Amino acid sequence: MKITEQEVHSVAEIARLELTQEEGQKITHALQVILEQTEALKRLEISKVKPTVYVLPLQNVFSEDQLDKCLTQEQALGNAPEVEKGCFKVPRII
Amino acid sequence: MSTEYEVVIGLEVHAELKTKTKIFCSCPTEFGGEENTHVCPGCLGFPGTLPIMNKKAVEYAVRAGLALNCEIQEYSKFDRKHYFYPDLPTAYQISQFEFPICKAGYVEIAVNGKKKKIRLNRIHLEEDAGKLLHSGNSITSSQYSLADYNRSGMGLIELVSEPDLSSAEEARTYLEKLRAVLEYTGVSDVKMEQGSLRCDANISLRPVGSSKLGTKTEIKNMNSYRSLQRALEYEIERQREVLEEGGTIIQETRGWDEEKGITSSMRSKEEADDYRYFSDPDLPPIVLEPAWVEEIRASLPELPDAKKDRLVMELGLSEYDADIITGSRALADFFDKTVTLFNEPKTVANWVMGEYLRLLNAEGTEVQESKVSPEKMAALLKSQATGKISGKMAKAVFEEMFMTGKDPEKIIKEKGLVQISDTDALGEIVEKVLAANPQSVADYQAGKEKALGFLVGQVMKETKGQANPGVVNGLLKQKLTD
Repeated sequence: MKITEQEVHSVAEIARLELTQEEGQKITHALQVILEQTEALKRLEISKVKPTVYVLPLQNVFSEDQLDKCLTQEQALGNAPEVEKGCFKVPRII
Repeated sequence: MSTEYEVVIGLEVHAELKTKTKIFCSCPTEFGGEENTHVCPGCLGFPGTLPIMNKKAVEYAVRAGLALNCEIQEYSKFDRKHYFYPDLPTAYQISQFEFPICKAGYVEIAVNGKKKKIRLNRIHLEEDAGKLLHSGNSITSSQYSLADYNRSGMGLIELVSEPDLSSAEEARTYLEKLRAVLEYTGVSDVKMEQGSLRCDANISLRPVGSSKLGTKTEIKNMNSYRSLQRALEYEIERQREVLEEGGTIIQETRGWDEEKGITSSMRSKEEADDYRYFSDPDLPPIVLEPAWVEEIRASLPELPDAKKDRLVMELGLSEYDADIITGSRALADFFDKTVTLFNEPKTVANWVMGEYLRLLNAEGTEVQESKVSPEKMAALLKSQATGKISGKMAKAVFEEMFMTGKDPEKIIKEKGLVQISDTDALGEIVEKVLAANPQSVADYQAGKEKALGFLVGQVMKETKGQANPGVVNGLLKQKLTD
């Protein structure tokens, strides 16, 4: 499997990462090496292995529908760079 | 020669779950509240926090699925849907992509007397995003936005239909049907005006007979049943015009502008791949025990279709009346309870659909908040049935009862509203009226039936509306033919 620099840049764009041309080349190469290593898995006999999403043998971890304490508005906004009217002030995004 | 087009619509409906707490944390789901006070590190997306699945939300999703004839999935799991927007503090929404909790359901709708099955592709669980308030007059003129995360992490079910709807009216009817079913099952408040029921539509046109779907647009911002219908009617015409002029439809998201009555482009639709879905490693899968599913099934109430059939088949109501009464569970329950106390279903139906709905709409109140109980309603109808008061009086009493919540007997007493049915008392008045209107008497005796109505009216006038019209009628006929 081959990964192109163009693919790396478009993934970077939707992940809001800024990559220079040089970084793009470097990462493309690094990802290529990783992908080649995973190719090795294809040589294994896995027809009897079930597809695995979770590595831990857990299921149905539930909480009851019961209220617990919330943060106060001051606590919630404590780390906010800018605050207005009890809200986080954020740049306009369309 | 112009091409005939057919319309293809699918709806994506979001319903907020009526759980006490959010879907993955213990913050309240209550509507309103000061900004950013129904939040915790979890629903604010702080690093190091872990989501834990609210069991009630799972139960509600299964409940909705069963009520909508879905196949409940034994195995389902959560995925992260990635996108950047400040209403989403983690920059991903926890949703179900590959393995939703319910698949393949349907509801039946009737438009213009024609029944049609609308299939549901799936129902899945997901979390809601926060709310953004934009400074300035509109999103485009604002300098910045304010984020309130009280809604962030509220439990939602998303119900995705197949593209089985072929008109704006069908879409509206389908949404109303979903609303009714969800209300009956008690899993959501389903109030469009408060945002606990939301709807987006995918819509495209194709030449009649073509099996290939046309390019679709997605319509957002429809905040009422009426705006859904209007927006789709507008969009159908817009697409038809583009196609008739030889143009092509651009796949995009369009917003409905209620005031201008148009849809306009918001953004071109991102490809599904752009969301980079992957399994959420923080949430173990849900594996439903069949016994639990059966327990939920057994606890389902009578659903709108079954209730409607019962009202038609057993109580003799018309399809139309039964449709209106079963449109909301609260109204249907009110009707049912009243009928158990006053066993004349048609009379009860007339009052419920007439005076009761009229006043509810006029006052903008709901059945749950109304001061009229089934007991009071039944007491009033009994007073009318026994002839104690006339139909006209009953309406006046009902109106006061609706406003004040007083007992009908008390209102009747206070207003001195007693119908005179006593033939001796009425006999005197009838004699008097006959003596005063010889012309009408002559007319009636000459075969003019209409004259009788006039004479009844005169007696009613004399008694200030308190005479029993049925008794007066009988008395007059008797005296006129003597």
